[in-house]
Amino acid sequence: MRDVIVTRDLTKRYGNFTAVDNLNLTVRQGEVFGLLGPNGAGKTTTILMILGLTEPTSGQIEVLGYDPTRQPLTVKSRVGYLPDQVGFYDELTALENLHYIARLNGLNGKNADTRLQAALEKVGLQAVAHKRVGTFSRGMRQRLGVAEVLLKQPEIIIMDEPTQGLDPEGAREFLQLVQSLKEEGITILLSSHLLHQVQAICDRVGLFNRGRMELVGTVDELARKVLGRAYRVIVEVDEITPELTETLKAVPGAVDVHPLEGNRLAVEAAGEIRHEVAQAIVQSGRRLLGLYMEAQNLDEIYAHYFKEVEHGAR
Amino acid sequence: MALAERVQSRREGSPWTGLWAVVAKEMADHLTSARMRILEFLILLTAGGTVYVAMQQIRSAGISEQFVYLRLFTLAQDPLPALVGFLVFLVPLIAIALGFDAVNGEFNRKTLSRILSQPIYRDALLMGKFLAGLFTLALVFTAIWLLIFGMGMIGLGVAPGSEDVGRLLWFLLATVFYGGIWLALAQMFSVVFRQPATAALASIAVWLFFTVFWEILAGLLAQALHPIQFGLAQEILGQAQLQMTLERFSPNTLYAESMVALLNPTVRSLGLVLPSQLQGAILGTPLPLSQSLLLIWPHLTGLIAVTILIFALSYVLFQRQEIRA
Ligand SMILES: Nc1ncnc2c1ncn2[C@@H]1O[C@H](COP(=O)(O)OP(=O)(O)O)[C@@H](O)[C@H]1O
Ligand SMILES: [Mg+2]
Repeated sequence: MRDVIVTRDLTKRYGNFTAVDNLNLTVRQGEVFGLLGPNGAGKTTTILMILGLTEPTSGQIEVLGYDPTRQPLTVKSRVGYLPDQVGFYDELTALENLHYIARLNGLNGKNADTRLQAALEKVGLQAVAHKRVGTFSRGMRQRLGVAEVLLKQPEIIIMDEPTQGLDPEGAREFLQLVQSLKEEGITILLSSHLLHQVQAICDRVGLFNRGRMELVGTVDELARKVLGRAYRVIVEVDEITPELTETLKAVPGAVDVHPLEGNRLAVEAAGEIRHEVAQAIVQSGRRLLGLYMEAQNLDEIYAHYFKEVEHGAR
Repeated sequence: MALAERVQSRREGSPWTGLWAVVAKEMADHLTSARMRILEFLILLTAGGTVYVAMQQIRSAGISEQFVYLRLFTLAQDPLPALVGFLVFLVPLIAIALGFDAVNGEFNRKTLSRILSQPIYRDALLMGKFLAGLFTLALVFTAIWLLIFGMGMIGLGVAPGSEDVGRLLWFLLATVFYGGIWLALAQMFSVVFRQPATAALASIAVWLFFTVFWEILAGLLAQALHPIQFGLAQEILGQAQLQMTLERFSPNTLYAESMVALLNPTVRSLGLVLPSQLQGAILGTPLPLSQSLLLIWPHLTGLIAVTILIFALSYVLFQRQEIRA
């Protein structure tokens, strides 16, 4: 897999304040990469530098092999950008808004029309193409933003906080749209401060805090690295006894066992041990009432990791 | 422009990519906006009223001289000033109205980052907006000029002479350039101030300063810098000359003087006239257009130079600006 975005020691300072601090980021072709972190972490600043919209203080960037500070037009014609606040000309229709963008991209005539229609269809807005954007909901604007990005048939799409302000249903639909773009082979870099919302569609994530990105990898990798476990098996039994807890701790692969409310126990594990856990419970003579595996939660990883970092710093 | 050149020489691709797309969009916006309707109505009313009154006077006085079309612009009847008197106010007003929300408007609508993430440079956006404003000004005033010609032909029953047409075309050009200054200024404030209302106010403040206070200030400055100690003619002359030079820093003075030279062919010199300069000149004979143009050439280039200067300044400011919302 080719690396389509590479930054080397990328730094941005505003006066004495370092917004992005020696960032080394690599995004591979075809993946969905999540740039995750709280507000003010430096995600937007990073994105603006990747697009050549803000000058880096130091460091290098390569996007599809081009340098966005020197070749911004080439980069911007191949990379689509959906800003964190998507505004349109409210008094113009959806189609007129897109038309302007098409012309700014040098698209004219028949070619432009075909692309316009295709883009509107992709995001499901062809029915309202002739409505003024002033009447659109936040979700529709967001989708119109995606349609606009698709006009230039981009190799990479960068989205800044794309689910912000959408209701849960809208966010889910939007992430489905992102997933379908990925399936078309488009590389996607998205940022979010709502970790749980986007973790499901990210192939890899980078955790960002105060301008630094120290953790990169798949969610499972990060869980193993930070929490010492990648899986959590939750079991419900008829009765929790000390023997049962000991038995479960002895299961190969189990890292820790702790009780939850009700008659439930959580077994933290480095590997997939559902079968072994079930066997151990049955063999110890208890009744197994329920068993399921919890997906890793980035929020937890994040909180855990940065707590550690802060403790270490002190 | 040193900074601009440095930025451009380092960057690949033409800074004007996308320029005409911006011009087309912005002009369409201007021409359909409610703001423009109001201004068009205002100027139609003014032009129609003043020219009608001028025509009445021409008819009743039985004036049938060569430059009767120029009189349509310059004849006043109390309490109504002549059209040219209105233009000094109207042109800046329209130009400011076309420019005060150029950049901050995009910013407030959150469209700026979307537009600038397209394969264009900021140069194209700023220049496109300026040109669209300038073309709109040109379009509106050309329409007004044509209307006045039409009124003249119907009302006076004579066709304009070629000298009339030539002088009025140059006057049209000077008017558009004069508007260009205020357009560039309003656009610069639209880069500096986030609030369009603040930008509009700042532009109007500058205009008021030059309209009301600059003349007074120029007088005071001339007195301070070139005091009359002995009451010599040389001193008085020097002071007057200094005052006039200072006044010419105002675009209003530049425009007013061009207007005088173009619309009044008998004017042989702008500013102070010494008796010695008039020797050999036959007073009252009109100058040919080419001579009048020579007279105002510095004024026209001055108007353009100031426009370019202000535009360059807003360009530098815009380049440095963070575009995030
Ligand atoms: N123009 C600016 N001047 C000074 N500080 C800025 C500027 N832009 C952003 N910052 C600061 O840089 C930090 C990172 O901002 P940003 O990249 O927007 O974070 P995020 O997108 O992760 O929320 C913030 O603390 C913000 O206050
Ligand atoms: Mg942000």
